[in-house]
Amino acid sequence: MAAKTFAEKALARAAGRTAVTAGEIVDVRPDVVLSHDNTAAIAQIFASLGVRRVWDPDRIVVVLDHAVPPPTPQHAQNHAEIRRFVRDQGIRHFYEVGRGICHQVVSEEALVLPGQVILGADSHTTHYGWMGAFGAGVGRSEVAALWATGELWLRVPDSMRIVLRGRLPFGVTTKDLCLKILGDLGTDGGLYLSVEFYGPALREWSLESRMVIPNMMAEFGVKNAYLPPDDAVFDWLAERLARRTGRPPAECRDRIAAGALYPDPDARYVAEHVVELDGLEPLVACPHDVDRVRPLREVAGTPIDYAFIGTCTNGRLEDIAAAVEVLRGRRVAPGVRLLVIPASQVVLQEALRRGYLATLVEAGAVIGVPGCGPCMGNHMGIPAPGEVVIASMNRNYRGRMGPRDAEIYLASPAVVAASAVTGVITDPREVVG
Amino acid sequence: MTVVRGRVWKYGDNVSTDLIFPGQYTYTLRDPDEMARHVLENLDPRFAREVRPGDIIVAGRNWGCGSSREQAVTALKHAGVSAIIAKSFARIYFRNAINNGLLPVICPAAVEAIQAGETVEVDLRTWIVRCAAGEFPFAPLSPTVLEILQAGGLIPLLRRKLGTTPPEERP
Repeated sequence: MAAKTFAEKALARAAGRTAVTAGEIVDVRPDVVLSHDNTAAIAQIFASLGVRRVWDPDRIVVVLDHAVPPPTPQHAQNHAEIRRFVRDQGIRHFYEVGRGICHQVVSEEALVLPGQVILGADSHTTHYGWMGAFGAGVGRSEVAALWATGELWLRVPDSMRIVLRGRLPFGVTTKDLCLKILGDLGTDGGLYLSVEFYGPALREWSLESRMVIPNMMAEFGVKNAYLPPDDAVFDWLAERLARRTGRPPAECRDRIAAGALYPDPDARYVAEHVVELDGLEPLVACPHDVDRVRPLREVAGTPIDYAFIGTCTNGRLEDIAAAVEVLRGRRVAPGVRLLVIPASQVVLQEALRRGYLATLVEAGAVIGVPGCGPCMGNHMGIPAPGEVVIASMNRNYRGRMGPRDAEIYLASPAVVAASAVTGVITDPREVVG
Repeated sequence: MTVVRGRVWKYGDNVSTDLIFPGQYTYTLRDPDEMARHVLENLDPRFAREVRPGDIIVAGRNWGCGSSREQAVTALKHAGVSAIIAKSFARIYFRNAINNGLLPVICPAAVEAIQAGETVEVDLRTWIVRCAAGEFPFAPLSPTVLEILQAGGLIPLLRRKLGTTPPEERP
């Protein structure tokens, strides 16, 4: 049999076929179907299908995260409809307001595992590539169709390899790596592709640092992104799967590792791109496109009004720790706001236990409820028209945070924190020294 | 849907879903006609007021990048747009268009040639875009994709396959 990429192997398995080839359209049965605050709108489409019961309530996950707590009666009504739907359909994997951002929660609960397929009504469903799962974003109608039948058409994507050489220098993060790729190849550089990452550096990075990469690859246009899973991934997931299911950890670990998929060494790639990590420096995406990337030193000194740390890209404990390191013993500059939103309740609790939150609040930061917050312009931290924002989010399109004329810069959490301290875009290495 | 003909609105590269349908409406607006009143308001405030049934959008690279929000398709469809001709589409946007019966055409040469305001034709029998500057062929849509499009979208097609009737049409 011909050598296969990760995407070809994962989609063959999900389609119940021995093999599939890039370019084919196949009917895939995903292991998990994810939706969030859009669940009520999907339920409305589902109802229009004339099907009464969802195909498998145990493979459906619903997380309330996009507008939490609800800012208006309409948003609250939307959540109320979702609660009614999950109760009526017997959906057990339902996570309430405040539990966290869907991709963080699904990872923490080990609801999807390496080698599995997850389709979600959220563009950042590419996230699950961090564990070597196939995650792809789909639309509302597609999730309604999945609820009804359990299957959906997918085109098996061509694959691209991104090879990471060397090591990241001090003060340079996987966020900078993502910005580097976007700056060099553009926001459509990975369009319709499955992007596989390789390199010895991956194994050395924390899982939190790895999670940034496939998440941010949504901005690269990819169908899915893949990092080869290793022991650290299996151990992390096994601990959480054991906790959730009550099964022995060793048994969970064996099951998880057995499901992992790795591409054949001679699989076919339509493109290969090499990133020399040693040469990387902190980067910033400038308004209003994610690929308008410039070295931090070139935009340093740009005055900001508002700094935001959070989201499914960079709202994890490691990100908050990076901000704490910059903010300890310092204050947010007068006239500047700093908002920090932990990606989940688990992250919030750990940040509390370690004293991070106290440091942040003493520095003048505002702490938000775990969720997506202002990242999609809904609520809780919207900038004023004309204001300049620096954020750890994944997108800076015009209007992203609400007002058309706000300017959004994207950077790593440490850069956001350092900019909050000085009031201008700042290299954290200059603040911490 | 064999030949689609309409007047052109022309836009550039990387028009995001935030520009097509702002996130602030995403959980509060459910009526597609109401969605249509806000469509493209951050990019071209004239559009929602002046769009006419059958109009065609012509755009550069990566139309619909960003969010998976399907309203960025349904709002345009309910505003009367019959097709979008682009150099490329964001992946989820392309799927949402197919699944909602809004014709997406990938034809970079036609995009270069077409002027705003002219009337163009997309011929699905010959896979050609006709405009003032000439005829431009594009890659045919796959039979799977065409079947969904011709059925008016994924949901109508699925309803036909399942033999179900939507609740509102039950006697």
